[in-house]
Amino acid sequence: MRVALFIPCYVDQLRPRVAFATLELLRATGASVRFEPDALCCGQPFLTAGEERHGRALGRRLIDLFREDDAIVMPSASCVATLRRHLERWAPGPEARSMAERVLELTEFLIDQDTETPALPFPHRVGLHASCHGLRELGLGTATETREPPRRDPAAQLLSRVPGLELVDLTRRDECCGFGGIFAVQEDAVSSRMGLDRLADHRGGGAEVLTSTDLSCLLHLEGLAQRRKMPMRLLHVAEILAESSLEKGWDHAVRDRGSLS
Amino acid sequence: MAESRRTVHSDRARRFVADEARTRWHDEALWFVRSKRDAAADQVPDWEALRTEAGGIKRAVLSRLPELWRQFEEEATQAGAVVHWARDAAEHNQTVASLLEERGVRRVVKSKSMLTEECGLNADLERRNIEVVDTDLGERIVQLRNEPPSHIVMPAIHLQREQVGALFEQEFDCPPGITDPDTLVALARKDLRARFLGAQAGITGVNFAVAETGTCVVVTNEGNADLGTALPELHIACVGLEKIIPETRDLAPFLRLLARSATGQPISAYTSHFRGPRADWGPRGSELHIIVVDNGRSRLLAEPAFREALACIRCGACLNTCPVYRRSGGHSYGATIPGPIGSVVEPNRSPSRHSDLPHACSLCGSCSDVCPVRVPLHHQLLTLRSHLSEAGHSPRGRRWALATTAGILRHPRLFRSVSRWGRQLARVMPERWLERWALPWTRERALPPIPAQSFRELYSTRARREGGLSKSDRARREDGPQAP
Repeated sequence: MRVALFIPCYVDQLRPRVAFATLELLRATGASVRFEPDALCCGQPFLTAGEERHGRALGRRLIDLFREDDAIVMPSASCVATLRRHLERWAPGPEARSMAERVLELTEFLIDQDTETPALPFPHRVGLHASCHGLRELGLGTATETREPPRRDPAAQLLSRVPGLELVDLTRRDECCGFGGIFAVQEDAVSSRMGLDRLADHRGGGAEVLTSTDLSCLLHLEGLAQRRKMPMRLLHVAEILAESSLEKGWDHAVRDRGSLS
Repeated sequence: MAESRRTVHSDRARRFVADEARTRWHDEALWFVRSKRDAAADQVPDWEALRTEAGGIKRAVLSRLPELWRQFEEEATQAGAVVHWARDAAEHNQTVASLLEERGVRRVVKSKSMLTEECGLNADLERRNIEVVDTDLGERIVQLRNEPPSHIVMPAIHLQREQVGALFEQEFDCPPGITDPDTLVALARKDLRARFLGAQAGITGVNFAVAETGTCVVVTNEGNADLGTALPELHIACVGLEKIIPETRDLAPFLRLLARSATGQPISAYTSHFRGPRADWGPRGSELHIIVVDNGRSRLLAEPAFREALACIRCGACLNTCPVYRRSGGHSYGATIPGPIGSVVEPNRSPSRHSDLPHACSLCGSCSDVCPVRVPLHHQLLTLRSHLSEAGHSPRGRRWALATTAGILRHPRLFRSVSRWGRQLARVMPERWLERWALPWTRERALPPIPAQSFRELYSTRARREGGLSKSDRARREDGPQAP
């Protein structure tokens, strides 16, 4: 299986260690993995800002870059949702449909590959923040509003296999964190309130670590937590799952780990 | 009261959020209603099938509005009602006023109707020296406060009982400091009872207009629509163009969904069917006039991307579940209908006035999942953003910033150098400057640490150092200018 790693712009620029963790997890599946350096952005910023026309050129370029790959994996649920939901509108045709079907969120890919259980324990109480786009656009997990049959929640499944890791209960398990792209700056007051409420819910559940499939949610929550010096660590799901493989030498990626225990 | 048109949602929301205790209370109050809705949905075994059925009926209706309304008019006329047609709010208000003035009516009671709010009927009638009293308790409270409703089902949800007590102390002859809900309700009831008895006409909204029978179905919890129309000779029912359903039996899925979605009740306390006037009223019988109002609805119908919003049954579930609505209050939207559904409908009606509303949304999608008729609200809000921008209703700064970003992202090498220099600059810049530059992100949030090297940079140097390229990496190396 040929797997392409698509690292979206903000993960590339702001949290390289998440990209390395993702790369390690992909390699551990035994798939042939390549990183596509020219795929920069899924187009989501343009979509949410109402400048969708800029997405079109971007979409066609992405289709060209990933023509040959069996799977295109991203460690960002909202980017995957953007491509799966909107690429066809930007570049109508069977090629876009094909690509939309091949783009996968990291945890959903890992579950499909039936990966091995991580060996190293992570003895911490962890709050799993459901990315709205993962939940409602990709169908990863069951939203509290619906009365449809339960759907798989790959992130929760993978985390529950980590030795020592305890997932905490939340009072509002799928409330939005308030990031929302341009929303976070256009409506920063409400956005911040939403984020603080999420943090409070996770802290109330006793979480020491807050994790998610969407780094954008986490950067917003981390900013709020750090400004208030809250004792909360925010890690992408990949960072928790890839711990064992990370020890091989991507040292910067695990640098902050020590402070946890 | 009416705030400046230039004030956008985010400014009003900021003021709302500044009162932390009140924001928490407002959020919890609405979340409580959302939770009741969840419990009510649990009681219906085929909840999702019911949503599909109701949504299907409404969508089919939207394709045959002319035929259904013709049928309705025939049936209603047959039953003795008079059907009027109003293109817009002005025609609607004029029709109501003429009906009242021709009969010398000076005192009117009105049950809850978002349509008459939308048309500004109260203000119009007051200008003509006709007294109009809202008889829904929440509506009455906001009417006495001289402010618009903040919610389409619970008009006074933004108020706490202390505020209602203070209001009643001013308005009614009662001692100060009353906060007991039962006492407050009794006070309002006493005042309203006199208004009901003195009214010369009753105005109601309409939840469902049944084409098959020409019946107007009105759903209330307080029975005020019944009381307001039982006593006076004249009943005027104001109905939006989208409220029609083909047959009586179509009511079943809607009535099962409406109250559960709105308040978590299994059914509303009163579901009243008005079919023609009452022959037994006085010597000549009563009068029923039905005003069918377009006011932008047919324009929305012609918008393929948004027409499904006309399936809305105004249950308010999308408001209750919306994390933004819960934390910013209905008035922050500055529109008749707030929340997700309002943010679709209102900018479609007046783009220049409400172009900010689709952005008062984090795109979480809870509204679409809670909607009893499956309106894809958050996708509509997303699409509407681009529609509005293309029609020139987007701030120039935003357009410029995104065009620039798009230009950079189209050229990987340019992106690499711009982002590298940007990061280096951010790393040497004094923190205070950086924080100021990054406003409003940094108003409540710390900036994330900026790495010296991006993943792309790290990847290519590490791969080169360790010779750790996989076969597929090597096969592709010619594609990436920075790949070793």
